[in-house]
Amino acid sequence: MSAPPRVTVTEPAAGPSGGPGPAGTLMVELRGVHKAFGALEVLRGVDLTVRAGEVTVLLGPSGSGKSTLLRTINHLEKVDRGFVRVDGELIGYRQAGQRLHELSERHILRQRSHIGFVFQSFNLFGHLTVLDNVVEAPVSAQGRDRAEAVEHARELLARVGLADRADEYPRRLSGGQQQRVAIARALALRPKLLLFDEPTSALDPELVGEVLDVMRNLALGGTTMVVVTHEIGFAREVADTVVFLDEGRIIERGTPAQVLDQPREARTRAFLSKVLP
Amino acid sequence: MTISAHTAAAHAPPTTRTDSNDTAADPAERLTVVPARHPWRWVATAVVAVLTAMALHALVTNAAWDWGTVGQFLFAPSIVHAVGVTLRLTAFGIVLGFVLGTLLALMRLSPSPLLRGVSWTYIWIFRSVPLILQLLFWYNLALLYRAISFGIPFGPSFFAVGTMDLISPLTAAVLGLSLHQAAYAAEVVRSGFVSVDPGQMEAAAALGIPRLRQFRRIMLPQAMRTILPTAGNELIGLVKGTSVVYIMALSELFYQVQVIYTRNGRVIPLLLVAAIWYLALTTVMSIAQFYIERYYARGASRVLPPTPLQRLRASLRRAEAGLARQRRRRSTA
Repeated sequence: MSAPPRVTVTEPAAGPSGGPGPAGTLMVELRGVHKAFGALEVLRGVDLTVRAGEVTVLLGPSGSGKSTLLRTINHLEKVDRGFVRVDGELIGYRQAGQRLHELSERHILRQRSHIGFVFQSFNLFGHLTVLDNVVEAPVSAQGRDRAEAVEHARELLARVGLADRADEYPRRLSGGQQQRVAIARALALRPKLLLFDEPTSALDPELVGEVLDVMRNLALGGTTMVVVTHEIGFAREVADTVVFLDEGRIIERGTPAQVLDQPREARTRAFLSKVLP
Repeated sequence: MTISAHTAAAHAPPTTRTDSNDTAADPAERLTVVPARHPWRWVATAVVAVLTAMALHALVTNAAWDWGTVGQFLFAPSIVHAVGVTLRLTAFGIVLGFVLGTLLALMRLSPSPLLRGVSWTYIWIFRSVPLILQLLFWYNLALLYRAISFGIPFGPSFFAVGTMDLISPLTAAVLGLSLHQAAYAAEVVRSGFVSVDPGQMEAAAALGIPRLRQFRRIMLPQAMRTILPTAGNELIGLVKGTSVVYIMALSELFYQVQVIYTRNGRVIPLLLVAAIWYLALTTVMSIAQFYIERYYARGASRVLPPTPLQRLRASLRRAEAGLARQRRRRSTA
């Protein structure tokens, strides 16, 4: 096991195309988002805003809809009602008058290529080397020059402390290293926004720290992040906003100090009493 | 590790000597591992060896096999040409079969019920009707449809071709073999697609990788690991399956040996010629399959399976190391 990476982030993960506005502008906007799987209503009218440069942590008991909510932001889940906007752009739909027309898959893929997503189970491409994992999307989704993408990928791998593992296959890495590669892969798109779906839940306890370190440094560098996690310590330290969800609704939202230390809602208190040591 | 002479003497097994000058004073170094004996394995080996010898003896001594004739015809020009036809039929069958099979597999996984239904029906029919029957249908297509016209569906025709001119025996054979093969290939390919972790496609979608690229770069190479062993089976099955085409009087290997033995009456040696060729073809294909599978195993297994050459080198190295160890032991004793 290599030592946890010392990461310094200097450049914010700004996109060349558009890029986030000055810190404080609206990056993510969800309005009245509903989503059901068959008869099961997972999201029942969610409104959420995330400002550029902010870190938002979504907390909630399992089944509360936080992963689904995160996945609607890049249209991995189609919403049944309501809409999602990222950096002012409607995601997955085109508005014409009072109608929302679903975009073609090609359009949706293009929108996604500006939003990084990190999965709980890493989902690295097992048949590609670490470097190829990171290089793939910039080249094929954004049409960037391969040599430039390779150079950028090596830079990112160095940033997550894995410069020397570029030619390995993912299966030969530890879980923590795989997740760091996955983060580098998401960053390779120079995304406006990074989404994390329980990024440390599949890791052995001693490997959680190295991944959180990387995320903490991204946050310090001004990356806009929405994170679903059970790491209360991370939320307290890094989040600008903590959002508590239960049964498909946002129950409470505020600064970590407000939500974690002086929760107003009984359900938040009940949840926190279970997860806090 | 440092062990004082005193403790070494106290704890060492009786066979080890404590010699303070000996560099191998470490008791573990001086112990020899003796593998367990397997007497029944030796008995079984002996029995099988005798049976093998008997079989070989029977092959060589029985004049009815007529090895002379086998040698005479093995590389006869007509036979070699027939092997070429067999190979061509196999190549067309497997390539067209898998191209069509991949389309059918994609159709079966499509959200459209019509595409799914058509694919299912195709597979159902072409797997259910015996190959020999299908071949005869294609061969006799002219009885069903006199001419085949190309044009707008249900509309005017641009030009028409007589079925007899279009469907030669070779076309009928290729058509029959590949359409039949496609039904099986569809299931092989589909099993490969289904075996890829859905998270892979989800990650590709989340990264915004274009659809076709997702399929070619992410899905297919990983599906290949599941597809290849079965596809290899299919290929070997098809090499031999082409022999069915003899009913259409196409000069592939099996038809050709029949032609020759009806003329000269040497049935057994000529069947043997065909058998040897089929054996040779499938052997080459099995070897190719090993290396192709190994190629697609990159990243999937932590260590690639060694090639036969690597295995040979490794066992030579092991033997050498064993000898060196023995020599060292003898010199220290």
